Amino acid sequence: MDGFARRFARNKGAVVGLAVLLAVLAVAAFGPLVYPDSPWDMAGAPFRPPFGEHLLGTDTLGRDVAAGIVHGARVSLLIGFVATIVAVSVGVLVGAVAGYFGGRVDDALMRLTEFFQTIPSFVFAVVLVAIFTPGIGSIVVAIAVVSWPAVARLVRGEFLTLRTREFVQASVVLGRSSLHIIFVEILPNAVSPIIVSGSLMVATAILVESSLSFLGLGDPNMMSWGYMIGASRSVVRVAWWTSFFPGLAILLTVLALNLVGEGLADALNPRLSREGR
Amino acid sequence: MSRISAIRAMLAGAVLATAASAAAAQTPQRGGTMNIIISPEPPTLMLGINQTTPTAIVGGKIYESLLRYDFDLKPMPGLAKSWTVSPDGLTYTFKLQQGVKWHDGKPFTADDVVFSAKTYLTAVHPRSRPIFQRCEEISAPDPETVVFKLKGPFAPFIMAWEPSTAPIVPKHIYEGTDFRANPANNTPIGTGPFKLKEWVRGSHIHFVRNDDYWQKGKPYLDEIYYRVLPDASARVVAMETGQTHLSAFADIETFEVPRLKALPNLELTTKGYEYLAQIAWLDFNLRNPPFNDKRFRQAVYHAIDRNFMRDRIWFGLGKPATGPIHSSIPHYDANVPKYPFDPKKAEALLDAMGLKRGADGVRVKVTMESLPYGDVYVRAGEYIRQALGRVGIQVTLRSSDVATWGDRVRNWDYDMTLQVLSQLGHPALGVSRLYISSNIRKGVLFSNVNGYSNPRIDELFDKAAVTVDPVEAQKMYSEIQRILVDDVPVAWLLELDFPTFIDKRFRNVVTSAIGVRDNFADAYMVAK
Repeated sequence: MDGFARRFARNKGAVVGLAVLLAVLAVAAFGPLVYPDSPWDMAGAPFRPPFGEHLLGTDTLGRDVAAGIVHGARVSLLIGFVATIVAVSVGVLVGAVAGYFGGRVDDALMRLTEFFQTIPSFVFAVVLVAIFTPGIGSIVVAIAVVSWPAVARLVRGEFLTLRTREFVQASVVLGRSSLHIIFVEILPNAVSPIIVSGSLMVATAILVESSLSFLGLGDPNMMSWGYMIGASRSVVRVAWWTSFFPGLAILLTVLALNLVGEGLADALNPRLSREGR
Repeated sequence: MSRISAIRAMLAGAVLATAASAAAAQTPQRGGTMNIIISPEPPTLMLGINQTTPTAIVGGKIYESLLRYDFDLKPMPGLAKSWTVSPDGLTYTFKLQQGVKWHDGKPFTADDVVFSAKTYLTAVHPRSRPIFQRCEEISAPDPETVVFKLKGPFAPFIMAWEPSTAPIVPKHIYEGTDFRANPANNTPIGTGPFKLKEWVRGSHIHFVRNDDYWQKGKPYLDEIYYRVLPDASARVVAMETGQTHLSAFADIETFEVPRLKALPNLELTTKGYEYLAQIAWLDFNLRNPPFNDKRFRQAVYHAIDRNFMRDRIWFGLGKPATGPIHSSIPHYDANVPKYPFDPKKAEALLDAMGLKRGADGVRVKVTMESLPYGDVYVRAGEYIRQALGRVGIQVTLRSSDVATWGDRVRNWDYDMTLQVLSQLGHPALGVSRLYISSNIRKGVLFSNVNGYSNPRIDELFDKAAVTVDPVEAQKMYSEIQRILVDDVPVAWLLELDFPTFIDKRFRNVVTSAIGVRDNFADAYMVAK
């Protein structure tokens, strides 16, 4: 584990990314203690500039931008992580079964995966959310549905190579069940690329959620960064801060997740990354 | 001449020149081309078949009706130069203008009016069909006179004569044909001051002056181009730079209005929407508790700050509504119960109902449909949710597209929703439909969807529509307003104002209660 931490720390960007990510997590966890009121409440006069009475100013209805960012952090991270967990679970299951069993099972599952991959993912997400009525549940489902195929293909590839290794063949000879071999023998050895792609997927999920909210397809009862930008876009000439700060929050969070993802890739795959340098 | 006197003479000349140009600005001048924004592009210019706003704006230059209406909704001469109503309110006699010609040169006569009202409009026009079906007989005793005999008195009959409600169409082109499929619909023939020259779909609609127009010397403008500009920011730029000279309705989004208003080349007016008279309101489904309790509805009304909505969401356009009838409609009565913004009173009413705050501060949970008509209505929904949350009513917003919203509302599957509708010049045309119990029709949008039923209101609306004496009718409309405002079947929020921006080089553009939908015979351009 020591080696892992050292390898991660060698990537300066990853360390910065981790620090930013921890800061965002802290804001999501403790921010609502500082801003206990609903972020939708009119906290003061509309269009107050930042760094005055309100730290980041107020928007067109007098809602506190800082409160929106703090509460939006929760929603963005929640959707990002939950959607990723769902997508990774589905992807791992499909990829593992396809890669382990091969043959017709593989064919069938990969055709299904390709079917989902051929539909432009954001358009697909928009359609799904529009059909299922915008809400936090439908957004998580939509993001998961458009994200799992990539994981499935990745996991299938890993399983195809690991399947032929001696330790797997030994398990087969020992008479272990397929279930045991998949989850206990092979999966732990395929976990590094899954973690790396998962961390990047959280970033993508946050972006997709923000884009959906920007288009007005967010949960109308949940404050989110994308919604804040969408709602303030019309007054950007009058009150730049109403869209600038939520945009900055998205930028920092997504950048941090990407940096952390790269750091994880370096740390988990030392040989690969050293060859790359 | 000394230098000083030379300067004096120059100054005097300058003053005279200024005075002369001011005088010239007062008398309309011939010439000039007006470029006007149209968005979205109208599907057709045939006003009899399609009455959407873009069609009414463009088609209003081609087709005319018998009357026009001033800003107070008083009738003015149109194709009819005078009119009389018999004392029993049953016979309307119109004397027509002389020397009127259709765009194809054929003379316009009383037969055209009879054909339009009796045959054409009752076949194709959903809004004027019920009006003209009230006629027992429509006749033309001579080529310049039309007489309408009604089965019973119907006071709003005099309000039906604007071009999108009763466009007069040429009998010689439409008689005996399939009205909807007639190829003339693509090359419209009217009596209006402008003739269609060319329509390039997706680009522009080009009108030229009708040299044979029945008002001698008019129109003043030589040409009108309607420019199709689907992009909102392109429309703003077009107005800013003077490429287009007129915008109306929702062409310019509300948040851009304060900025455009400050520009030196543009004039802002909110006149010309008196006939439409739109009101936005919060609709309650009276079938669902707690909305069936009057005190709850009154509490909701008290909890909403309508001035805040006007200033912050509509950027100062419009004015708080006080009741079911728009204040530009002559039957409006301001003497009704008032519901000022008063959260304390709202809480007291809710307490009196027994709706106490729970441990989480919530008295009751309800849902609200988000009206999918754009940003302004989304913001309004968010504001109402927070305002009601403050008095302990927890509102959950449901968003949807326009079709889903319509399905939910017309099938009574909602608690609360915002709604917007026009009043069409007379309570019997645009208001009674929302409150009379005979119009509770499941599946029909813009009917009495919330299920309000009050026998006294039904009786008053029925009687007022057929009362000939205006004083008597007004008494009934005043009582209607007092009863409804006390009952709060819906919470009337705002009388909407639309911003019309006019390039200052153009005058007399908005001259009647139908504003930019009128025929522009009087509009003229000031020489530079």
